[in-house]
Amino acid sequence: MPNMSLKKVTMPEQDPNVRNKNFNEVALGYTKEQAMEEATRCLNCKHKPCVSGCPVNVPIPEFIKEVAAGNFEKAYELITSENNLPAICGRVCPQENQCEGVCVRGIKGEPVGIGRLERFVADYHMQHAEKKSVQITKNGIKIAVVGGGPAGLTCAGDLAKLGYDVTIFEALHALGGVLMYGIPEFRLPKALVEKEIETIVDLGVKINKNVVVGRSITIDELFEEGYKAVFVGSGAGLPKFMGIEGESLNGVYAANEFLTRVNLMKAYDFPNNPTPVKVGKKVAVIGGGNVAMDAARTAKRLGAEEVYIIYRRGEEELPARKEEIHHAKEEGIIFKLLANPKKIHGENGWVKAIECVEMALGEPDESGRRRPVEVEGSNFIMDMDTVIIAIGQSPNPLIRQTTPGLDTHKWGGIIVEEETMHTSKQNVYAGGDVVTGAATVILAMGAGKKAAKAIHEKIQSTMNA
Amino acid sequence: MYKILKKEKLNEAVELMVVHAPFVARSCQPGQFIILRADEKGERIPLTIADYDREKETVTIIYQIVGYSTQLLSSKQEGDTIPDFVGPLGKPSDLKKHKRVLGIGGGVGAAPLYPQIRKLHEMGVAVDVILGGRSKEFIILDKEFEAICDKVYYATDDGTKGKKGFVTDVLNELLNEGKEYDEIIAIGPLVMMKAVVGITKPKNIKTAVSLNPIMIDGTGMCGGCRVTVGGETKFACVDGPDFDGLLVDFDECMRRQGMYKEEEHSCRIGLGGK
Ligand SMILES: Cc1cc2nc3c(=O)[nH]c(=O)nc-3n(C[C@H](O)[C@H](O)[C@H](O)COP(=O)(O)OP(=O)(O)OC[C@H]3O[C@@H](n4cnc5c(N)ncnc54)[C@H](O)[C@@H]3O)c2cc1C
Ligand SMILES: Cc1cc2nc3c(=O)[nH]c(=O)nc-3n(C[C@H](O)[C@H](O)[C@H](O)COP(=O)(O)OP(=O)(O)OC[C@H]3O[C@@H](n4cnc5c(N)ncnc54)[C@H](O)[C@@H]3O)c2cc1C
Ligand code: SF4
Ligand code: SF4
Ligand code: FES
Ligand SMILES: [Mg+2]
Repeated sequence: MPNMSLKKVTMPEQDPNVRNKNFNEVALGYTKEQAMEEATRCLNCKHKPCVSGCPVNVPIPEFIKEVAAGNFEKAYELITSENNLPAICGRVCPQENQCEGVCVRGIKGEPVGIGRLERFVADYHMQHAEKKSVQITKNGIKIAVVGGGPAGLTCAGDLAKLGYDVTIFEALHALGGVLMYGIPEFRLPKALVEKEIETIVDLGVKINKNVVVGRSITIDELFEEGYKAVFVGSGAGLPKFMGIEGESLNGVYAANEFLTRVNLMKAYDFPNNPTPVKVGKKVAVIGGGNVAMDAARTAKRLGAEEVYIIYRRGEEELPARKEEIHHAKEEGIIFKLLANPKKIHGENGWVKAIECVEMALGEPDESGRRRPVEVEGSNFIMDMDTVIIAIGQSPNPLIRQTTPGLDTHKWGGIIVEEETMHTSKQNVYAGGDVVTGAATVILAMGAGKKAAKAIHEKIQSTMNA
Repeated sequence: MYKILKKEKLNEAVELMVVHAPFVARSCQPGQFIILRADEKGERIPLTIADYDREKETVTIIYQIVGYSTQLLSSKQEGDTIPDFVGPLGKPSDLKKHKRVLGIGGGVGAAPLYPQIRKLHEMGVAVDVILGGRSKEFIILDKEFEAICDKVYYATDDGTKGKKGFVTDVLNELLNEGKEYDEIIAIGPLVMMKAVVGITKPKNIKTAVSLNPIMIDGTGMCGGCRVTVGGETKFACVDGPDFDGLLVDFDECMRRQGMYKEEEHSCRIGLGGK
């Protein structure tokens, strides 16, 4: 008889007023007992709606059944048959729109805590399992992967398992992409990201850090060096600005810079780590997505007294995950909705205040969301020391500028055939944010998987021909 | 890991290193730079590629010890390694086959200037250069420049080499004498580049400058290196570092460069003093 409780087993969390002063993880994870109890809420549905909601088709009811029985290692094997980075996905997947969004238990009450269970299994494995050396028969065929974010890592891992000789070329000094430089420590501990990446590297993937493809070596040159296919997973790392007056004042950051300083360079531990970051008493974060929530919660932890989220639409339209909005509010972030920045005022070259105009919601636009319109004459000014702009990112132009024959959309995204992730250039594949624009970790991983499969099929067919 | 094959002291504050960095050496061009981390926790700091050897797969950097990270770099010896060394970054300089070009190098700015002037020389362009520094000891690469330039002029604050005064004093003299240049390339502290443009802009002489804003990734990802050129926002690490000096907002650059003055200071006393 399944556990018919309408609510998920609660996951312990740090108290909001404690955690908003430290960088330790907010959610503490299930114990064995809690996980086993939550697992008994799964109905093991025949038609598995949850699996179709997962972009990488994790065998959800099957792994949950093993959790319920206490066979955690078996559960781990089942998850990792489809998902190379379960500890990460269990933490940052927008489950409410994916697996959990279509879970039958969600019709009446809360869905099964699939993400929490996935996280538990991955963490349990990391703590308990001994490293197994994997035996893979190498086929000697070289494949290059550009970018070590979730898309590139997944593609590399899948191809390595099939015996390919895979090399990842990564521009930064660390792998992980946004997982390392964007998503904060308190949501996704970096030691854990490193460990999860290690399992992919252990498959025999070669890593070339500090290589900027397009500058250090071009895609055409990679083919000259004997790579048979190239997967581009270079992400959408180019920050957008608003184009308003005052954006170049000292104290104005793009969220990417602010988060990179704090996460990748560990500026929260300055001067022990020598990269500095500046946060004043009053901080305005512009935007309403995950990036904005992360920047705001980070600013709070760095000691800001008042942190505002300034967003031009309403609460309903906030694009961030519900859980993150909830956490942000608990931690004391102030939401200034239906407000649009017009100008950043300065004094002696530093941010002094932000001027906004109030917005009202009009008719629905192309995206189906109600279009915000300015309320004339409603300008207001709030004193600020720091302004962080988190209104979106687009793909970096470097690769398209240095790769003849690679077609892109006007906004910069690489154009691919949906089934294979093949681009307009022979034997070049692409996936993740560089194709879709800023999206999610799991979609990037799904794209990497699809491309790996297509690359393998293409190479096999040419070998058999 | 990137091995330091050679280290040399050029003067009390400036040093040169030759580093084994195959991915940088294979394709770098004058005007480009690298970013390194001197240790595993290190800041990412940009330095111009002063020279390279494609066959030996090496890159030469010349740096002035000004704070924590350059001091940490300086503590490394021949045979040691640098954990991270990425490049080439930035756009190669747009060097045209002019008749005559004047290079102006202030202090350690002579280092990034050198590969550009040498390339112009190889292209058959006649080049003059003005080198400036606090005193004689702070002039670097003078021998190297003299080997390829028609004329090398000097300016030092104390008059120990060449004219007593600034590089701009020499520039004014040359222009007043009626010397004509198709382009001027000025690299040095922002105040110097601003002063040069103060002279060349009214005369409408094409002037290239190399901007050095605070950088992190160097790939166009963080937006921290933004500068205003001709009223537009540019990212110096991908759109530059060379820009049309006549269009640069130098005051904004100077202001942004000083954004971490306090922290850099505390970092220096806190850690650099040992
Ligand atoms: C602050 C923030 C919070 C987020 N929160 C969530 C969340 O909670 N849940 C979620 O699902 N998604 C979230 N996302 C989105 C998610 O992180 C991305 O969709 C995902 O990381 C995209 O993966 P990717 O592999 O395509 O690209 P990235 O993760 O961007 O990785 C690209 C990699 O390629 C490298 N690269 C770029 N150009 C080159 C080059 N020329 N040569 C070599 N290497 C290069 C980059 O350095 C980087 O390492 C968040 C994003 C941000 C910024
Ligand atoms: C494209 C470019 C090329 C450069 N080439 C050279 C070169 O060939 N030789 C050389 O000696 N110097 C060069 N610089 C400057 C060099 O990067 C700085 O001197 C160095 O980062 C100082 O670090 P620090 O920790 O020792 O000093 P700090 O005390 O931290 O800083 C001293 C000053 O250096 C600047 N600075 C600090 N951090 C950075 C950073 N991350 N990026 C850029 N500037 C910073 C600031 O103006 C600061 O006030 C270049 C800078 C750029 C942007
Ligand atoms: S990978 Fe993401 S969507 Fe798939 S089951 Fe896990 S948490 Fe759900
Ligand atoms: S839909 Fe929900 S209850 Fe049904 S199998 Fe999936 S997780 Fe279990
Ligand atoms: S240094 Fe980050 S965008 Fe230029
Ligand atoms: Mg420094």
